Amino acid sequence: MSDRLQRALGRIPLHLVLLLIVLIWLVPSFGLLVSSFRPAEAISSSGWWTVFDPPTEFTLDLYEEALTAQNMGRSFINSLFITIPATIIPIMAAAFAAYAFAWLEFPGRNILFTLVVGLLVVPLQLTFIPILQLYNRVGMTGTFVGLWLAHAAYGMPFAVYLLRNSVGGLPRDLFESAYLDGASSFDIFYRIVLPLVVPAIASLVIFQFLWVWNDLLVALIFLGGNPSVAPMTVTIANLVNSLGGGWQVLTAAAFISMALPLLVFFSLQRYFVRGILAGSVKG
Amino acid sequence: MDRIILGLVVVVGVPAATVGYVWAFEWVLGRMSYTAAAKIRPWLWLLPAFVLLAFYLIYPGLNTIRISFMDARSTEYVGMDNYQFAFTDPAMLTAFKNNLLWLVFFTGGTVILGLVVAVLSDRVRYETLVKAIIFLPMAISYVAAGVIWKLVYDFQPAGQPQTGVINALLVSIFPNFEPKAWLFNTSFNNPALIFVGVWMWTGFCMVVLSGALKGIPQELLEAARVDGATEWQVFRGVILPLMASTIVVVTTTMVINVLKIFDIVYVMTNGLLGTEVVANRMYKEMFNFRHYGRASALAVVLLLATLPVMIVNVRRFQRQEEIR
Repeated sequence: MSDRLQRALGRIPLHLVLLLIVLIWLVPSFGLLVSSFRPAEAISSSGWWTVFDPPTEFTLDLYEEALTAQNMGRSFINSLFITIPATIIPIMAAAFAAYAFAWLEFPGRNILFTLVVGLLVVPLQLTFIPILQLYNRVGMTGTFVGLWLAHAAYGMPFAVYLLRNSVGGLPRDLFESAYLDGASSFDIFYRIVLPLVVPAIASLVIFQFLWVWNDLLVALIFLGGNPSVAPMTVTIANLVNSLGGGWQVLTAAAFISMALPLLVFFSLQRYFVRGILAGSVKG
Repeated sequence: MDRIILGLVVVVGVPAATVGYVWAFEWVLGRMSYTAAAKIRPWLWLLPAFVLLAFYLIYPGLNTIRISFMDARSTEYVGMDNYQFAFTDPAMLTAFKNNLLWLVFFTGGTVILGLVVAVLSDRVRYETLVKAIIFLPMAISYVAAGVIWKLVYDFQPAGQPQTGVINALLVSIFPNFEPKAWLFNTSFNNPALIFVGVWMWTGFCMVVLSGALKGIPQELLEAARVDGATEWQVFRGVILPLMASTIVVVTTTMVINVLKIFDIVYVMTNGLLGTEVVANRMYKEMFNFRHYGRASALAVVLLLATLPVMIVNVRRFQRQEEIR
């Protein structure tokens, strides 16, 4: 009994450190959440913590404003239509490339890989003009496909880089025994490589989904002003602009647009569990 | 109707196409001689990624290098003029100095805190809750983050009720505290911005590092503990070496991220009062001053700055291949 007590006491610093970090991290987010339930004019005139002194004035006005904005329902669906393929395409293509970089022999492997990682640093703003010129020529401006491919390419360097690290870390025995069993490289990839790098893929899905979902700039540039294809970020930006300085609505909009990425984050947590490699590696 | 078809394409067509592509090329390769197939195979695995990269990043990248030697409207070649500007203009020197500050404190802060949270939260039952809270800022758009951090750093003259959390807290604890204009005082506005960056990006490092941590077999940790290793020794001797490659990946990503850091500075101060960074300056050259030559030269400088990091990475991957 005292042994257990001692262990629990020894863990107190652990809990304290976590608590401290969590508190610091939570204050700004919590402030944003409280502000989103306040009347617009109160947000800029007094600190958000003053709402807890009576008289408390909470209101759903900002949420109502954001949710009833024109085209909000449609742009939610648009965001899904944009984000799902723009998440699947780069991760699959990157997994293919990562497999080749990590396990296949071909000339120029290191140079090509360095090139891919080097592309991480290319600022997106500089790619817009050349790509728009191409798009206008082939009529891809304002289409979902054009946006999928752009997001896929922008997410590609990081996806290749991260997956190259995980796929390359798998033990060689795995591939040798599969090869001796007569497995094709299709089987090796889909039955061995992909299942074993699930944690890395799960983190990629979380980030790529989040980045595309929250993207405003790329959507504005490649979709143009057409409201029928506009994602939520564009609709929210229009709402703020049309209100003229109505930036307070951003606090509510932030929580509305955050909901789905957080759902993805929570639903993928079960892949961050120990022992995914267990049983696949001998000794 | 169109949208139902689009929905089907999105949910069924795109995933099917990725599987179908591999299936189709393996079918074709299966009909060729073994040596020919082995030669072609790697390129077919690389093809989708490289087609996308070629159009969207490589071609614009090369175009950028060419434009960096041209004048504002890309009509005439001007030699190294734009590069000379990049390394001599006083505003640019401030930007480089600030990027260096970001490089040290943003990279260090995000990677170390991300590692601390990943490792510590692994040992408690409320792990998912902790991780969700640290991850939350990543899900907030830059604009909304700008709104909330301006409220955190907000400042009113001494004696008046403070509307910023930090000043209000400090004034209520130390009644004699002189409220500070965190974003305007040049002696601490850069650290204030860097902290916003750390707040936003620690969740990223934590998620990736946590994925690597979960990949360490439990038996290894148990074996070390049975041998009488303290928790610190387990961390230093087992966890850290096995996570090293992912730590390098995360650090590299943060270093590159720092070179491109733009949004936070743009929404909070727009580079005023000595907070300029290279990417923000590049944005200004491009969209405010319409000087494409200078903007491109800055992009090329950023690209060159990553070369040492790239060399470290290639060496490390070569080592990984030797030992596996």
